[in-house]
Amino acid sequence: MSANPVVTRRPPPWRDVRVLRVVLQLAFLAGVGLLVLFLYFNLTASLRRLGIQTGWGWLDEPSGFAIPDSDFRSSQPISDALIEGAVNTLKVSALGIVLATILGVVVGVARLSTNWLVRKAAAAFVETIRNIPVLVIIIFWYLAVLLRLPPISSAVEWGDLLVLSNRGLVVPKIVGEGDQAVFGVFIVAGLAAAVAAWIWRTRRFDATGEPHHRVLWSGGVVLAVALVGFFAGGMPLAVSLPERGDLGTREGFRLAPEYAALLIALVLYTASHIAEIVRGSILAVHRGQGEAADALGLSGFQRLRLVILPQAFRIMIPPLANQFLNLTKNSSLGVAISYYEVTRVTRIAVSQAAPAPQAFAVLMAIYLFFSLTIAAITNLVDRRLAYKGR
Amino acid sequence: MTDRVKDWSRKNLFSSAFNSVLTVVFGVLILYTLYRSLRFVFLDARWEIIDRNLTNILVFRFPRDELWRVWLALYLFSAALGFAAGAAARRAGTGSTSAALRRAGPVLVLVAVFLWFSGSFRAVLLTAGVAAVAIGFRALGRRLPLRTAWVVLAVGGGIVLAFAAIMAFDGVGFERWGGLMLTVFLAVAGIAISFPIGVLLALGRRSSLPGVRIVCVAYIELFRGVPLITVLFMGAFTLGFFLPPGTPTPSLETRALVALVVFTSAYVAEIVRGGLQAVPVGQVEAAQALGLSSLKTTRLIVLPQALRAVIPALVGQFISLFKDTSLVATIGLAELLNVSQIITGQPDFVAQGLVFETLIFAAFVYWVGSYSMSRESQRLERRLGVGER
Repeated sequence: MSANPVVTRRPPPWRDVRVLRVVLQLAFLAGVGLLVLFLYFNLTASLRRLGIQTGWGWLDEPSGFAIPDSDFRSSQPISDALIEGAVNTLKVSALGIVLATILGVVVGVARLSTNWLVRKAAAAFVETIRNIPVLVIIIFWYLAVLLRLPPISSAVEWGDLLVLSNRGLVVPKIVGEGDQAVFGVFIVAGLAAAVAAWIWRTRRFDATGEPHHRVLWSGGVVLAVALVGFFAGGMPLAVSLPERGDLGTREGFRLAPEYAALLIALVLYTASHIAEIVRGSILAVHRGQGEAADALGLSGFQRLRLVILPQAFRIMIPPLANQFLNLTKNSSLGVAISYYEVTRVTRIAVSQAAPAPQAFAVLMAIYLFFSLTIAAITNLVDRRLAYKGR
Repeated sequence: MTDRVKDWSRKNLFSSAFNSVLTVVFGVLILYTLYRSLRFVFLDARWEIIDRNLTNILVFRFPRDELWRVWLALYLFSAALGFAAGAAARRAGTGSTSAALRRAGPVLVLVAVFLWFSGSFRAVLLTAGVAAVAIGFRALGRRLPLRTAWVVLAVGGGIVLAFAAIMAFDGVGFERWGGLMLTVFLAVAGIAISFPIGVLLALGRRSSLPGVRIVCVAYIELFRGVPLITVLFMGAFTLGFFLPPGTPTPSLETRALVALVVFTSAYVAEIVRGGLQAVPVGQVEAAQALGLSSLKTTRLIVLPQALRAVIPALVGQFISLFKDTSLVATIGLAELLNVSQIITGQPDFVAQGLVFETLIFAAFVYWVGSYSMSRESQRLERRLGVGER
């Protein structure tokens, strides 16, 4: 009995899935490619017709504008201005992320408080701030609050320590004078000692279970060593107190109203979102965990800090990172209140001479870089801290 | 009665020494804030600027002798929304009237504030008419046993008609809209146009063809990685450059809308992708077993289930778009936020620090819209039972 030979007949190409897949993709890619080419040719043609440069030479041209509160001069190239702007973006984002996290966790925990009044106050805060556009909050703080502080001639002064006016808040600044080398060496040594103390306390805790007090130990070591270095190096630091003149303040550290308005608004807005994430994550921690903590006799605060929050934290990492990203992106709204972050710098460069398509492309690339960096860090942290299946 | 109050406050306010301190501190703070806020709203604030500019805040440059079109659109809009609410109530059963009133509370307060500032009896009558039409169509929606597709069509048609009533028949193009009207238009048109693009992008991202997938992923991740304002600037300053030389540059309003759509469709795509992933694999396998083509599987089996699951998230996206439309103020469009700054420069009001009043008013309008919608979306979520199966 002869077996029928197995015939594998290929279908005709117009019905062959393998062929169709390739053809479909090629057609799709060709379509997208044609669209991109079409846009590109239109762009270059339009730019040439208007006499706008099509290359990237503008990045090296002098910017023609200065950036307040920095060493940037108008003769420096635009690329330097963009870097300065990106640094300002990071300045407001980094501090904003820290403050928003702290405030958000506090409010989120307060929303679950056993105290009715605290619970309702936190809910009112969240529901109010969350439902107002962040730009409205930013402009409100800038125009309606900070710029309406008394003018410099009638500024609020607390002794020599603090000058508050519509030019900003000026506080004492620590400046170096004389030889800093010895002091620098001590600082580095102090940091190294602090790391060592941290490791030692951690090992000790792992071995014996006695309280580690890592933060106290490390902080104490740094302070002690720095103090010794301060005197050994001949006291190389001085405090510069703010002085009020007729037109502005001299010396001291100035917190500009633009920066303060942007920071406050971003912190409030992001904190209201973080509070909801914190609340959800705490509720997602298994009830038994809290009950077990109670059974062990932990206090309310210990229960939260040692049992609930560490577990809630793992759940909240991805949405929290998303909020950090949103804060960084929302810092671009500083453009509306003339805080010189990277968007405003680009906007000014465009209004001076820089070609708009390229300039905004660079701007988007900078933000994309920030976003991808934050996303990468999140993935790393998430993978390290994620629940290991047990 | 007093015992119950005592018990309640002992349990909720003074359960421990720490809680008692918190209660006192917060109580004082809250009372003070409340006192200052009420004092501001009813005594100190100079609301004349809102009183005189209410029409500006609502429609800004819209020609005043064409305002009847806006009222007509409002009637159509409320008919469509009332019909939708009625159809939804028929499905899920209806709640009590007092609950409905409580939910609508912020909106009612907002309308009352508008009418108070308008000070016109005609506006009150017309608004009452709008409410009556909404209630009437809600009753109609509850009676007519229509299929979901018909309801969606009727509601969508009503909204399109509402816009047509303003724009068509020698009407006023959206280039001349402003104030709250422009805000609402940008949000509604933005989400409506983004939706089909977002669905296509989501399907592309889930496609088994790598060529399609990579393009869609690149688009989505690019626009989710940059702030809206950079896209708005790109649109406002350079959109004309990307058109064939010689084409007239579209209006600033159009360019802003294009930028909003480009940006929002990336977010809609991610939301829809979540819905697509939530459809059990068995559904697709069952469809294949029935011999449906992959196109039919997507259209008849996957998408209906996926889209139903993402409705609350889409409402959330709409809310955030509603808030984000305030960003077009930075490119000079006269929407709600920008108008509230522009009117402080009028000769009668300039340099009096009235931006406090106007910004609070704008914030209140945004808050009512955003808060009410998020409340409704939470209710919708419970009704659809998302995440419960």
